[in-house]
Formats: sequence, C-alpha cells, structure tokens
Amino acid sequence: MLAFILRRLLQSIAVLLTVGLVAFSLFRYVGDPINAMVGQDTSMEDREALREKLGLNDPAPIQFFHFIVNAAQGKFGLSYRTSEPVGRLIAERIPATLELSFCAAVFALFVGVPMGVYTGLYPRHWSSRLFQAVSLIGISLPTFLIGILLILVFAVWLRLLPSFGRGDTVMIGWWSTGFLTWSGLKALILPSITLGMFQLTLLMRLVRSEMLEVMRADYIKFARARGLTNRAINFGHALKNTLVPVITVTGLQLGALIAFAIVTETVFAWPGVGQLFIQSVQFSDVPVMAAYLLLIGLLFVLINLAVDLLYFVVDPRLRSQGGSARVAGH
Amino acid sequence: MTISLRHSFALTAVMCAGLSMATAADAKTFKWANSGDVSSMDPYARQETFLLTFNSNIYEPLIRRDKDLKLEPALATKWGQSDPTTWFFDIRPNVKFHDGTPLTADDVVFSLNRANGPGSNMGSNFVSVKEIKKVGDSRVEVTTKYPDPLLADKWAALGIMSKAWAEKNNAQNSADMTKSEENFATRNAMGTGPFMLKERRAGEKTVLVNNPNWWDKPTHNLTEVIFTPVSNPATRVAALKAGDIDMTYEVPPADTESLKKEANVKVLEGPETRVVFLGFDQERPELLESNVKGKNPFKDKRVREAIHRSIDVDAIKRTVMRGQSFPTNLMVAPGINGYNKSLDKRPALLKPEEAKKMLADAGYPNGFEVGLDCPNDRYVNDEKICQAVVAMLAKIGVKVNLLAQTRSKYFAKILRKSDLKPGETSFYMLGWSPAQTYDVHNVFEALIQTPNPATKKGQFNAGGYSNPKLDALADKIEQETDKAKRDAMIAEATKLYVDDFGYIPLHQQAVVWAARKNIDLVQPADNSFPLRFVTVK
Repeated sequence: MLAFILRRLLQSIAVLLTVGLVAFSLFRYVGDPINAMVGQDTSMEDREALREKLGLNDPAPIQFFHFIVNAAQGKFGLSYRTSEPVGRLIAERIPATLELSFCAAVFALFVGVPMGVYTGLYPRHWSSRLFQAVSLIGISLPTFLIGILLILVFAVWLRLLPSFGRGDTVMIGWWSTGFLTWSGLKALILPSITLGMFQLTLLMRLVRSEMLEVMRADYIKFARARGLTNRAINFGHALKNTLVPVITVTGLQLGALIAFAIVTETVFAWPGVGQLFIQSVQFSDVPVMAAYLLLIGLLFVLINLAVDLLYFVVDPRLRSQGGSARVAGH
Repeated sequence: MTISLRHSFALTAVMCAGLSMATAADAKTFKWANSGDVSSMDPYARQETFLLTFNSNIYEPLIRRDKDLKLEPALATKWGQSDPTTWFFDIRPNVKFHDGTPLTADDVVFSLNRANGPGSNMGSNFVSVKEIKKVGDSRVEVTTKYPDPLLADKWAALGIMSKAWAEKNNAQNSADMTKSEENFATRNAMGTGPFMLKERRAGEKTVLVNNPNWWDKPTHNLTEVIFTPVSNPATRVAALKAGDIDMTYEVPPADTESLKKEANVKVLEGPETRVVFLGFDQERPELLESNVKGKNPFKDKRVREAIHRSIDVDAIKRTVMRGQSFPTNLMVAPGINGYNKSLDKRPALLKPEEAKKMLADAGYPNGFEVGLDCPNDRYVNDEKICQAVVAMLAKIGVKVNLLAQTRSKYFAKILRKSDLKPGETSFYMLGWSPAQTYDVHNVFEALIQTPNPATKKGQFNAGGYSNPKLDALADKIEQETDKAKRDAMIAEATKLYVDDFGYIPLHQQAVVWAARKNIDLVQPADNSFPLRFVTVK
C-alpha cells in the first residue's frame, strides 16, 4: 500500500515538472510581454532595460531553473500586468471559481441523475424522448452560446437575473463568498447552469444507459419476483449498482469544471481564476499564466491520485496482488 | 426632564432616518464597464490612456484638459516659462487631499520626482527636465536642459499624490517589478480629485465615491461610481440593454446598429485622436519579405505613390469599418496641435492600369510580392483592414502576403530594436496618437524623423523613412516658442512627408460609446472618460 502511494506521488511530481516545462516553453512563444507593460512613447532603451531587469534575456534553461525553484517555494513573482503578487491575485480569485464549480456540479448531479433514472426506467415515454432531445442540445451547443442565450432571456428580456458579475460578496477571512447575499445567490444561477450543462447531459446519458443495463439483470427480476416495491427496486437495487461509474465520472468532471470554467467566466465576467487567465494571455502576463497552469496541473494530479487510492480501497484484487500492474492480466 | 430627553432622542432618530432616506433617494450611482480592468491604482504605473484617465478621477494633474482637450488650470492656478529653460507652476491654495490634509508645493515636487523615479513608467515626460524645486510655499519651479515649450502639455496627464500618505505607507516609489512585494499604492489611492477610492478589487470591481470637499464646483451629480471589467463584448452589450450598467465603451462595430435601435440606449460616436497608417521599409537595400532581390522597391517614390493611391480608404470605411472611421491623409488628427486641415486631402485614386504603369516606370512591370505585418487585436478591425488592402493591391499586380498576429508577437516583430536597428518588417500597419503632448511634434519625433541612436529620434519609425530637410525642421519645431513661426514650420514639414508618400495614413477609428438614455456625458477625442462631466437624470 505504502509503496503504491509513494510510486503514485513520484509520478505526480514528474507530471507537474512536465506541466511546468510545457508551460514554460509555451510562454516563449506568446510574444514579448514588454510591449504590454510600457506606454507607446517608452524609448527602446528603457524597454531593453526592463527586459534585462526581468531576466527575459537570460538563456532559456536558466529561466526555467529560476522558474521551477521559485515555483517550488510558491513564489511566482509580480504580475506583469497589475504589479501585484501572483499568489495574492490567484488566492483572491479562487473562491469565485470554486463556488461556481461547486454549484455547477450540484446542479449537474441533482438534475442529471434523476433525469437519467427516469429516462432509463421509461425509455419509451414521450417525456424521456424530450429529455433526450434536450440533452442533445446541451451536449452540442457551445458553452458561450448557452451563456449568451441565458443572458438574453433571463437578463435582457425578463429582467429576472443579473447579466454578469458575482453580485455582493461577504468576506469570511480571506474567502469571499456569494452564498450569503441575495444578489450573490441570484448571480450564481445563470453561470452555474451554463457551466454545468455539459456535465448534466453527460451524467444523464451515463445513468440512463447504466439503468437500462441493470434493469435487465437477473437480480432485478428476482427482486421483482420477491414482490419488492418498485421504489425499493429502482433506487435500492438498480440505482445503487449504477453509481460506481457515476462517482468516478463525477470526480473527474469536477476537475474539468474548475479547469474549463474559463469560457463561462469570460461570458459572465465572473471574477474567477479562469478570467484572470484569459486577461493574462492577452497581456502575455507570464507569471500569472505559469502559476495558473501549475495550479490546474496540481488539481488534476490530486484528483487522479485520490481516484487511484479509491480504486485501491474499492478493488480488493489490487490489494491482494500488491500492485496495479497485473490488473491487466484479468 | 428624562421624558423630554428621550423625546429629543427619538426626534433626532426620526430626523436622521429622514435625512438618510433623503440622501438615499438622491444617491446617483453610475455603473459602467470596459473590456479590461485598470491595471493599477498607481497613477505612474503605466503610460496608458485608460489607466491615466481612470486614475485622473482620483489624482488630479497640475493642468487638466477640458471637453475639447484644451488646457485649463487644475492644481496649478498659473503656469508659464519665466525664461526659455525655466517653467513655474503656482499651486492652488486651499486644496485638500481626500484624507483632509492640505496640498502643498512639497506634494507636487514629491509627485513629479516619483513619476520620474524607479518603477514609474512616466519617465519619458521628464527627458528635458534638469531640476524640480519648490520656491516658497506655493510655487514649483522646473529647470530644463533645453527650451521645452511642451512641458505643460506633457504634464497634463500626471496626477499629484499626497507625500505624507505615500511615505507613511512606504510607497515613495512605484511597484518594483523585480521584487515580489506588494506596493501600497497599487491598490490604494490618495489624491485631490472629484472622486475618492472606496473599494478596489482588481479584476472584479472598483468603487469610487464623490469627494464632498473638492475644490472645484462639481459638474457631475454622482454619489457613487462602480466600474466593472467585462471582457466579453456581447455580455457588455447585454448588460447595457438589461440596465445592469449605465454606460460602456469600446462597443464592437457589429453591435452598434442593434444598440441604436434600443429605446433606452444611445450610441455616441466620435473620431479618436489616433491615426492608423501603413508604413514601408525604406531603409534596407533589399526587403526582408519580397521576391525583388538586390533592390528595395519602396525606396522608389513612384512605387509608394502607386500603392498609396490604390488604397481606397472610403471603401474601407464603408465595408470594413461600417462607417465608423474618419479617412485622413495626415499622421495627426483634428484636435491635435499642428493638424492642418488644408493639407488633409488624399490624392485622387488611380485606376489599376494607371497604377500599373507607374509601377512599370519604376521598373516593376509585373508588380512584385511583399509581406505585410498586421496586428489582429490592437486596432478596430485591424486584420480586416489589412485583408482589404491585400485585395486592393492585388488589382495593381502587387501580391501581398499578410501576416496578422496578436499584438505581443506583432510588436516584437515590427518595432525597431533597442539599438534602433530596423524592425523585421517590409510593410506594416501601426496606429499612433500623440497622447502625451497632443502636439504634432511627438509624431515627427517618434515616427517621421530619421532613426538616430545618438539623438533618440525616430524610435518608432519602424521602416526608416528619412528626409533630412524634415529632420532639421522637426528639431527646430521642438524648441521654437513663437507660435506663428512654429505653425509655419509644422505646415512645411507636414507637406514634406505628404509629398514623399512616406506613410499611408488610413483613418482615425471612431470611438464608439453607448450609454443609457438618462446619462449625460462628454466624449473627448483622446478616448478618456472624465467622470466629472457625467450626470444621471
């Protein structure tokens, strides 16, 4: 068990270093940040002096080394765009992204799973077909279009919900939350639906096909033969057995929700890390981009690590054979 | 006794409630959005129009610009040159900073030195300055290395900061990019302006409130201003229609028509002082990106003329810009000192066969091939304008290979190097506004004079256009204090580059703003947005 965890941790570090290297080499191609940092009239001499001061003239391996050493200590320097510490910029933005992702995940789970169960149980009912058709739209429409359509309907036409932003927030320590104010809650609705739409349809389709599969299984027939109520069969036996893949997918999709909140955040001017990243790309703000990519890399590594460990707990075969390498033999 | 006391308490409470209700009803909150955030609250952090003009609501300059960009007294009541190399500024008495401390000559000297100090991006305003010192309690004197008639114009963008406040918070200098330390002035502000900074959340929102102790008579009626960056243009437009914001600028051209049809929204359009133009590499003996070997076709005036007179700017205005551009033949716009209306006439367009003949006379009977560099996220429709140019020049046999890229890549390619070696381009698009001085000399010095590492002239003359006669004139214009003489020289120099076809000025793009119908505001041509002229009905 310990060897397994250690091996996974070592792999994770290798993954992070690779992310760092890829991020770093990418930034060598985003262009010259100096032009975004200075005014039109700044002389060539002053531009060169600034470039030298920021170490942009050092050879690439040295720049990478400095970058990794500083990143390992959590030091990402000052943003080229705002001259604020990168750590602080990200810490301020992360609550907005996490709250949005959380709401989107809750929305996807609590709407997607029941819809999946329903369409799985009554696959031929007209409402199931309607759900299916709607889910097709959810999967095929791009996120920004869904967002703009929602804004058009609920903000511009109906004037029910705000068109952008986070509403009023309350500070709890360093964490700013929108859960405690009425305007903050209202502001969460449209972005959460937009962000969670894809995951909702994914979950619905997954649960539906799993349900269809399970409902044909022998133990469901036996359960019926025993005279159990429909409710006990549908939820106690059928749904429970579909949940293993659902949990796996949900876990992995949580990472995707945080990482891909970029588009939703841009459409709704949601002040999260995704929007920060987009603003930074426009300005070639390398310190912020690097820190963001490493953060997302770390997030995925942690989620994968957790999923791996969960498998280890769930699957007794891994434990008895002491490793994952031989699973393929089964 | 006790009863009456309680009574009066109750009465006061009622009165207070009444008062606060009255102010709540009068409260005029103005919400607006722009595509990007102000990078910093520090007025010297970046020499960029948006940062300077946003922060000028909080930090006032010595001399400010009015609705028509003319200079008017702000923190200085009087200013001028006591001799050719000495400027004086008399500081307005009884002005208070937002924390209640009085403005003194010390604050002014401190601010100017801070703007010229480490970490500041405003250094180019101080090239001519030798010394800044206080003379008595209310006068600041500046000695310059050579006569600098434009000093006051340059400094109209420099906000004045409280010395005591900066020293107390360890913000004597602007943020140092090489250190990982937060600078207090990046997020906080202490000026004398009509608005005070109440809340700053970088990238999220910035809240200003009315300064009740402002020295000037307010022309606005705002009590609170909320600024939010909204990067997606469609969201900005939707938010304006929904009434979630009162005003936005940088309206995308595609949305202008739909906004004009909206009952509660008005669209404001005006020319910007920036001129967008095309430039040629006239420096290298052989172009970098061309099939012509051994010589440089752009060194031949006939080639430049044929190209200039084959680009139909009115067609670009009609199709690409949807009417939102102001074609020009000069490198400066109306509103800039030195703009000469009588010279602003584009020569007639050539028919393709005429242009081809001109090229044949120059030795290119079959035309030639050349690369064109364009940004795709810097000016309004920049890439599309270049595509139109490609199509127009194809008709005269010049095959243009367009490379449109994001601004950071594009500028790194085309701008001159730090030793003033020419940019890596043969043919390029650029936009320029003399936003520092609002005077044509800035354009001569930066774009039109021959690049010279020793004098630092022509730093942004990427293609190396050169006319020695014009160089000499521009140097004289720089130091001439007699206005009539100066204007005559400006007209002469302007005629030189126009007749040389040194550049192809295209147009000024329109500044398109949109606001709710109940908002009154002023739209200056320099794309600044002074909140002191905003009223909410």
